[in-house]
Amino acid sequence: MGSSDHMHLVYIILAAAVATFITRIGGYVMMTQMKRIPPRMEAALNAVPAAVLTTLVAPAFVYGGWDVTTSMAVAFLVGLRFNSLWMLLVGWLVVMALRHFGGF
Amino acid sequence: MINDEFWQGVRRGFPIMLAASPFGALFGALAIDNGFSIFDAVFMSVTVYAGASQMVGIELFNHNVQPWLIVLSVFAVNFRHILYSASLARYIGHFSPLQKLVAFFLLTDPQYAESEKKGESGETVSFIWYLGFGMIIYLPWQIMTLIGAIFGQMIGDPKAIGLDVLLPIYFMGLVLGFRRRDNWLPVVAVSAVVSVGAMHFVGSPWHVSIGALAGVILAACLPLRTPPEEPVTLEHEV
Repeated sequence: MGSSDHMHLVYIILAAAVATFITRIGGYVMMTQMKRIPPRMEAALNAVPAAVLTTLVAPAFVYGGWDVTTSMAVAFLVGLRFNSLWMLLVGWLVVMALRHFGGF
Repeated sequence: MINDEFWQGVRRGFPIMLAASPFGALFGALAIDNGFSIFDAVFMSVTVYAGASQMVGIELFNHNVQPWLIVLSVFAVNFRHILYSASLARYIGHFSPLQKLVAFFLLTDPQYAESEKKGESGETVSFIWYLGFGMIIYLPWQIMTLIGAIFGQMIGDPKAIGLDVLLPIYFMGLVLGFRRRDNWLPVVAVSAVVSVGAMHFVGSPWHVSIGALAGVILAACLPLRTPPEEPVTLEHEV
């Protein structure tokens, strides 16, 4: 990366830090100043994390190749019962096994 | 007495630090894999200090997604913190303004959960206890990011050791973590189908904004449910 690209990245990180700090102080400020968020706006905001994160998962699942798809499917089943550390561990073991013994 | 409170906070935060550490190292390694330098990785952990949103940030950056969308996504993933700071206001009224700024900067999921528990039980949430709890998580988070980043830089091909599947699986875990929210299934289904379609027909950075927008618009249009929901927290997320 060139140095201007690097500064570009530093600015994005700083903006992300400010955005995060706003969420961390926002509730407190709202408690002292504002009233409520409109309900439809709140419903939309509530959906943002799942909606954004899904777009990072689904294409990898569909276009990632059979080794990635299989390990993600197994990790999904693990995730229904166990926490994300187990999902990562089992998914990683499956993809490593497929790559080393499954000819992927 | 003051030291006592500090160490009580440290002790309470210790197991959470242990649970968060692998994610700190994972963030460091994946940040390098996504084109960050060691400095960038640690800089992000030091300034943002919110694990899930840091992972989202590095992934979107690698996709060349527009900066505003990266920042908005970080904001959205951390949006639950607004509920935390609103709720915590009851227990930290006695902090000085500067102490409040520090407290809100350190406000992660476990920090909120333990402070709320302490306040609810009638105990005073002292600044020094809060700081002890925060520091035993904050400082190791930076060290683990650094270790992960150094380790990541030594890895040649991330695919050879299976690193490439860890981010999608990590995000899948986060998506599952939200599954008790209203309209979760329709939002996830629509965002999944639309993002896959957009990936095919439009191309890479756009599938994120198009897919996400479809899910969010759907959520705004679906019938509203009346009972106020509890804030959904992500397990052991820093």
